[in-house]
Order: sequence, then structure tokens, then C-alpha cells
Amino acid sequence: MSLVFYILAALTIAGALAAVLLKNTVHCALALTVAFAGLAFLFLNLDAQFAGFAQIMVYIGAVAILVVFAILLTKNSETPKDGVFSHTWLVGLLVAAAVFAMLSWAILQSVSRLPQAMPAPTVTVLQIGEALIGRYALPLEIVAVLLTVALIGAVIVAMHEKEGIQ
Amino acid sequence: MTPLAGYLLVAALLFSIGLAGALTRRNAILVLIGIELMLNAANLNLIAFWRYGPHPELLTGMIFAIFSIAVAAAEAAVGLGLVIQIHRHAKTTDLDQMNRMKG
Repeated sequence: MSLVFYILAALTIAGALAAVLLKNTVHCALALTVAFAGLAFLFLNLDAQFAGFAQIMVYIGAVAILVVFAILLTKNSETPKDGVFSHTWLVGLLVAAAVFAMLSWAILQSVSRLPQAMPAPTVTVLQIGEALIGRYALPLEIVAVLLTVALIGAVIVAMHEKEGIQ
Repeated sequence: MTPLAGYLLVAALLFSIGLAGALTRRNAILVLIGIELMLNAANLNLIAFWRYGPHPELLTGMIFAIFSIAVAAAEAAVGLGLVIQIHRHAKTTDLDQMNRMKG
């Protein structure tokens, strides 16, 4: 466990906590970006360079911008007066705490059986590309169709329908 | 503690924070943010198991995480499009006030 891991983990967790706890929705979106950046650095720390840069491009570049646009288009940028938490917040918090307790119990029970430190794997982008068009060609095609369908669907769902035009 | 256990604990904490956000916030966009955090925690688990697993040269976990990132991006686009349309229809994104299925 290196110092870098602790710093990145603290950054990610702090960003995630701020994203779900802050009152102003725009601040939440900015904190979410910090959490995404921390995760991307954790990926880089795990020698997964391709996944780390994909995380930066997709999440910080696209998803965070989408979230900010959705907040501004729905006029949520000001802080609501009557609380930001649902009236069933206590149940939700208890469920989340129970899930965390069970997950961490399972991890700590199996620490001795987890693999120890391994030498860093050397993976080039060429190998990833060959895997994507070789062994994983069918999932790649399905993801391409899914992305096309999802983006057309998102545009149609969010499209403004004028009166009288069906 | 092994490095893998540290990453798994961070992912478990991140997942629980995302779940708490999705279950307790009133704003629909904040619920989607919580879901994104949960998806990212799963991706961290995939990458950590790929890195410390017995056969990293097969790239299974990394490719799984890359596909997961692509699917999560599609999910975010559709989810936020739905939130914008609901806001246009009901003039609110407060989930406590969305208690009708009928338009």
C-alpha cells in the first residue's frame, strides 16, 4: 500500500461524499468530476493506462458536461429551500450502511486468500486493439449498436414537441 | 493488508456512497449521479481484479471495464434526457412529487 494510493483514495472518497452531500446541485456536479478524476488516477495507478484515459475522456469530458447541462436546463442551479433529502432518507442511509458493512466484512474475511502483489503487466494499446477486434469483436459491435440506439433515443426523448406536430 | 484488499475497500465505500446518494436525494439528477458512482465503483473492482489476478495478459477485466464505461455513458445520456423531458412535463425534478404514472 503506497502513499499515492492513500492520497488518490482520499481524493476519490471526498469527491464522492461531496457529490451526494452538498446542497447546491452545480457544486454536486463539480464534486462528481473530482471523484471521476480520482478514479481515473486510481486506474492509472493500477497500470491500466487505456482504461484511465478512457475514464477521463468519457466521464470528465462527456458525462460531467451532460450532467451540468441537465442541471442548467431543468433550472436546478439554485439551492432548494425545503431540504435536499427525501423523507425516507433514514431508510436509504441504513440500507447503504448495511451494504457497506456486508461488503467490507466479506473483503476482510478473504484478505488471506486474495492474491499478493504481482509484477506490473505490460499491456500495449496494440494488444487492446487486437483483443477488441479479435476475441471481443461481437461485444464491440453490440456496444456500437447500443451507443447508436441510446443516443438516438436520448435525442428523441429530450426533443421538444411543438403543439400540433406529432 | 494486500493492495487488492485496499482497492476493494475503496470500491465498496464508493458503491455505498453512491447507493446512499441514490436512495436519499430528492433531485432526480442527483439520483443519476449516485448511480454513476456505483457503476464507477464496479469498474474499479474490475480493474483491480484484472491487475492482481493470475492472467492479466488476457485483458478480460480491462476490456470488461471499457465496455462498462461505454454502457454507462449511454445510460447517462438516456437518463438525463428522461429527466429533462419529465421536467418539461411536470415542471419539477423532485422525486417526492412524482407520484403519478398518468400524464
